[in-house]
Parts: sequence; C-alpha cells; structure tokens
Amino acid sequence: MSCCCEKKDPNQEAVDAVLAKYKGTKGALIPVLQQCQDIYGYMPKECMAHISKELKIPLSEIFGVVTFYAQFHLNPRGRNIIRCCLGTACHVRGGAKIFERVQKVTGVKDGETTEDLRYTLESVACIGACGLAPVIMVNNDTHGRLTPDKIPDILAQYE
Amino acid sequence: MNSLAEKRKTYQDQLAAKAKKTVIVVGLGTCGIAAGGEKIWSAIKGEISNKKLDIEMVYSGCVGMCYKEPIIEVHKPGMPRVIYGDVNPENALQILQEHAVNGKVVIDLAVAQDPKEGAAKLPDVPVLNEIPFYKKQVKTAIAKCGIINPDSIEEYIAFGGYEALEKVLTGMSQVEVIDEVKKSGLRGRGGGGFSTGLKWEFANKAQGDKKYVVCNADEGDPGAFMDRSVLEGDPHAVLEGMAICGYSIGADEGYIYCRAEYPLAIKRLETAIARGEEAGLLGKNILGTGFNFKLKIKAGAGAFVCGEETALINSIEGKRGMPRVRPPFPAQSGLWAKPTNNNNVETYANIPNIIRQGSSWFASMGTEKSKGSKVFALTGKVNRTGLAEVPVGITIREIIFEIAGGIQDDKKFKAVQIGGPSGGCIPEQHLDTPVDYDSLIALGAMMGSGGLVVMDETTCMVDVARFFLNFTKNESCGKCTPCREGTKRMLEILETICAGKGKPEDITTLERLSTVIKSTALCGLGQTAPNPVLATLKYFRSEYEDHIFNKKCPAGVCNALLEYKIDAEKCKGCGSCKKVCPVEAISGEKKQPHEIDTSKCIKCGSCIEKCKLDAIIRG
Repeated sequence: MSCCCEKKDPNQEAVDAVLAKYKGTKGALIPVLQQCQDIYGYMPKECMAHISKELKIPLSEIFGVVTFYAQFHLNPRGRNIIRCCLGTACHVRGGAKIFERVQKVTGVKDGETTEDLRYTLESVACIGACGLAPVIMVNNDTHGRLTPDKIPDILAQYE
Repeated sequence: MNSLAEKRKTYQDQLAAKAKKTVIVVGLGTCGIAAGGEKIWSAIKGEISNKKLDIEMVYSGCVGMCYKEPIIEVHKPGMPRVIYGDVNPENALQILQEHAVNGKVVIDLAVAQDPKEGAAKLPDVPVLNEIPFYKKQVKTAIAKCGIINPDSIEEYIAFGGYEALEKVLTGMSQVEVIDEVKKSGLRGRGGGGFSTGLKWEFANKAQGDKKYVVCNADEGDPGAFMDRSVLEGDPHAVLEGMAICGYSIGADEGYIYCRAEYPLAIKRLETAIARGEEAGLLGKNILGTGFNFKLKIKAGAGAFVCGEETALINSIEGKRGMPRVRPPFPAQSGLWAKPTNNNNVETYANIPNIIRQGSSWFASMGTEKSKGSKVFALTGKVNRTGLAEVPVGITIREIIFEIAGGIQDDKKFKAVQIGGPSGGCIPEQHLDTPVDYDSLIALGAMMGSGGLVVMDETTCMVDVARFFLNFTKNESCGKCTPCREGTKRMLEILETICAGKGKPEDITTLERLSTVIKSTALCGLGQTAPNPVLATLKYFRSEYEDHIFNKKCPAGVCNALLEYKIDAEKCKGCGSCKKVCPVEAISGEKKQPHEIDTSKCIKCGSCIEKCKLDAIIRG
C-alpha cells in the first residue's frame, strides 16, 4: 500500500479534522460547513454527504442550509471574490455604475465566475463601509471612494 | 492576585508613562483600512525604523469621521493631541517629520486639536469639541472607539473597563441590576425599541435550568455600520455588557452572532474574549465571585433575515435562518428552547456606562420616552459621512445640516431614508422632527438601527422604493406567503412603473398589497417591507403620478423615461459624442450642431459624459 494514489486526499484529511473538532457540539453544522467550504472553495456534494454521515444530519437538511445562506456555493469559485456593494448608501452614490464597470472588466455577470477562475463576481447589499461609498470588496480588502475608472487598476492587483 | 482596581492603577500608570513619549495613532477600522490606512502605517513605521526615531506607533478603531479617512493622530508631550485627516503615505511622512519630530503642526492637514492639561492651545487649529461635526455629539457608547487600542484589555481597564461588571458581581442583586437598567429608560438600539430592562426581567423570571445571552451583531441594514465600529473599536464594552446581562438573568453562556461580512470585527472579538478569559474577567469564576460566563462567536452565513431574533436563534442552532412563530417569545423559549435574552451590539455597549454612572445620568439625556444617546450612521449625499452619537431628541435638521454639513455639491435636499429597508423616508417639511422612537413611527419611518441615507434632488423616489423592495424580495426567507409572494408582486409593479409602463391603478394596488403584507407577514422583515413604498407614496405621490401618467422621471434617473436631446445653441459640432455613441444614433456635419435620433438611442448616457459643453440635455 505504498502507491501515492492510495494516500488520503489532503482536503479529506482537513475535513476530518474539522469534523473531529465539532463532533458532539450542538449547532455545529454551520461552522462545519463554513470551514469545509474554506478548504474546497465551495461545497462539493461528496463533502456534504460525508458531513451528513459523520454528524448524523440528513443530507436533505444540509442541502437546505447550504442553499438558504448566501455564503455557501455549490459550484467552484474564482480565486478572487469581488463583492460589489449595491446597498443604499452606495446606490445613491453611483454604485450601479461601479458594478457595470466591474462586469465589463471581468466579462462576467452577477454570481458568475470567469473561465480562468480568476474572479467570481457577486453583488451584496451592504458591507458596512458606507462612509466611503461607493465601495467594493475583493477577498477581504475593502476599496472605497471609487469611480468607474479606478476599477481596472484595482482588479489587476488580484491574480 | 491583584484586585481589578490595582490592575487599573498599574495600567493607568503605564498609559501616563506612555504619554511622556511621542505616539502616532493610525485609525485602522474597516473604513480606515479601505481608505488606505495600512499603507500609511507601513510608510510611517518604515521611516521610524530607518531613522531610528524614538516614536511609538499604535492603531485604533474608528473615530467616526469617515469623511476624513485615512486619519492619524499625533500625541507629543507638552502638545495637544492633533488629529490629521486625508492623510496619504507622502504627507504622513511630512507629519512625522514636522510634527512628531520637530513639534510643528502641519496646519493644512490638521482637522482638530484635543487640548490637554499642561499643553498650550495651538493657534489656527480648531478644537475638537468645537468643530461642527463634533459640537452637538455626546460620546458615550462609542466614546472609546478610536481612542483605545481595541486589542488591549489593559487600555480598556485603564479607562474604567470592567468596573461595572465588578460592581454588579460584588454588590448588586439580579433584581437591582434589572431595576437600574429599567430606570435608565434604555430601549433596544437594533430597531424595535423595546425596553431593555423589561426584556431582561422577562428572561430573569422565566423558569429554566439553563439560560442564554445572545448578542445580535448581524448588522444587515444597508447604510448602518455603528455596530461594526463598536465591535472593531471597543469590543470589550459589548462583552462586559453581555456578562452583566448574564448575571442579571442567571445565564452562564452567551453567543455573539456576527455577520461574516465583518471579518475584522470577528477577529477583534476573538482576541477580546481570549484576553478577557486570561484576565479572569470572562469564563470561569469571574473575579473570584463564583460567577461563570462563557462567550462564543457564531459567524453568520449571509442572510439578512437572521437579524430577526428568532431567525437568528435558528441560525445559531445550525438550521435555516427562518423566523419562528411567537409566542413563545425567546425570553421563555429561545436558543435550544431555553430562556434567552437577545439585544444588539449598541444596546450592550451602553450597559457598562449605565451601571457605572447610574441610570439617572443616562436618563438625563433624551426625551420623555426615549432616553440616552443614539449612534447614527451618516451616509449618502452629505458632505461629512461618518458616525455621530447624539442625544435622542435632536432634530433631523441638526444632524444633517450641522453635523453632516449639508448636501454635497450644493444640491437641494430631497429626503432622508431612516431605518433601512424597514423604515421610511422623511421629506424637507419634517426635518425639524425630533429623532426619537415614537416621533419617527408617527411619520411612517422608524429608528431602526440608526442608518441615515441622505438623498438629494437627483434621487428618484420611485427608484428608491424599487431598490428597497428588490432588497426585501431577495432577502425574504420564503416561509410565509405574504412576504414571499407579496414583496415580489410589489417589486414587479414598481419595475413596470420605472420602465414607463405603469398603469393608473398601480398606486391603489400597491397600497392594498402593502396593507395586507403589513398585517399578515410572520416576522418583522415582511411586516415592515412595504414601509419604503408607503412613505414615498405619502410624501412623493406626485413623482409616482409623473411616472405613470406623464411618462416622466422628474429626477432624471429612470432610463426608460428619459430622452436625450442636443441643444443646438451650445453644440459646436466637435463630434466627440458621435464617436462614442455605440448605436450610431448621433449625426451631424463637423462644426455644425449635431442631432440625436431618439428612435435609435438606447439611453446609455455615454454622450453626456463626453460632452464638454453641457450641450446634451437629459429629461
């Protein structure tokens, strides 16, 4: 059993470590899903089935939770997540124009991922940086006081 | 073990010793970072180590002046604290050299000085408490935000932190604590405005072997960010407030449900809880009194409805965040069917001050039925965006025109949206209304979490209503029919109106749908979803009528109702509009006035952006 392909998938190991940490804890499903999604970048079906078995929660219930919350994704996502804020403060300060430009630069629409998996684009309702509206978030970085012309340079920073 | 008072003395001495050194503070809340605070931090830090300067650097949360971000402060012994705004990596080095090293203030960038004893007042720099943004503010709940290092429990303790918890644990009964909170008149700062003391009393009286304290940090209202600022700038205040609540209702466990969109807030909370446990101020046997209080953080997963308390409880339990039918109320049967008290961040952050300074101090601010102070988020088309804490009962006009400095670009004020998607807009004629829970409800708006989004004459109110309905439709959890189907139908009607296809009966249909949804939806989300439509109909009915009957959008926002024309008098025939038009709708000879073929025009607005002579008219 020394063949390399017999080795356990490192992602699988990481998932098992998460499950071991939360086994027996009440209300563990959402944190488990969040951490498993961090491992894969999305929620693969096999992973949900595995969680279901280990936590003894019906797969249907897990699927229900995953599809309820905006944070969970059933398909692979880009390396960089662009969140365009379309909240009220950004809306009145021209957030829609920023969103338009981001769509133009990336070539994808709301909720889509570029073919090279470089960017995933999402619109969000508020990221709480209203004082600097209009804003976008790329991964965990917030960029504020935007004009459409600043978009290409900002996006270019993310490979 | 040293007592808390001894520790406080030590930390205060350490702070006093620090005051003998030159210190530069960089504001690193989310807004400071977004404006470029981290680059400034590295620029200054690099220069200090290059030149081996004896200057200390610290970071803080947000002081509320978003409009001046990035902000840094210089504390030099013998000089007042000076706050600088609009800083960039280059002028930061200028401030470092001229002020921090040579003791000469950079007047052009200085926003304000905060005088202190033993330091001469600086000429030509306004005093912090006198600048228009600060003058009418009372900083209590957010007093320490931007002042202390949020990751340092020592600084929090030096500023009187955990004194209230000690006072409660060592000398007050549960009932005495609840009475004090009741007497203060504090009402929930998250929206509804229910009496906090009463809520605690219900949870205290509820029977149960186990009880929970929950903090709602799922600040989802677009346009509100005060809770984020408190969590990032003064997290211990929230933890202390929750521990006091835990003691008074008999709970030994608490959850903070924080939205995942606030990664920095979650990080600072994690640090704060760890420091609190190390210091024996959270966790087991707090301050040796035998009281246990364990805190956990739950990161939200992106659902606005989880701001509703029963949906939030379901989400903590790991379920879909759908609201529950009430009764039973969470005070009887909440988290895992145990008695649960749920308040929001700002409410808990007020508690330590109320216990320390007494309920009568808190109740001395505000109006008869709404006591204390409230933090507002000032955003939209105002000159000074940011966070302002004011006594409840101040007028909307004072907030917008004095603190926020009026409307950008000298445009005309049109309305202010208060209370987010659950609230309503308030027009010019009601600007002198005092901001308190009951007056706002009477106007068809609500306090909500305190987001104020200011709109000027270029905002279309029908489009605003459409915007909010689109939001609530997307965020409806789908459990009850009135909200799931009703918001969708309302949105469809608003979309047709904005598209120029409105029918005469649309307004009455909207009103009827609103009444039905309000009275039959299961939870607060649905019950308040029609408010933006009702409020805009109440104050801006003529705009709806213009859209429906005259097919015009007076504010010039709704694309389908706009027409582009070229003013032949102004047009010099440069041809730049013609070049940029994607559908070749513009024609004309060189140096002759051009024309737009309205049948071809797709109303993209590219020509208007290119024209340097303002010759293109949209209307």
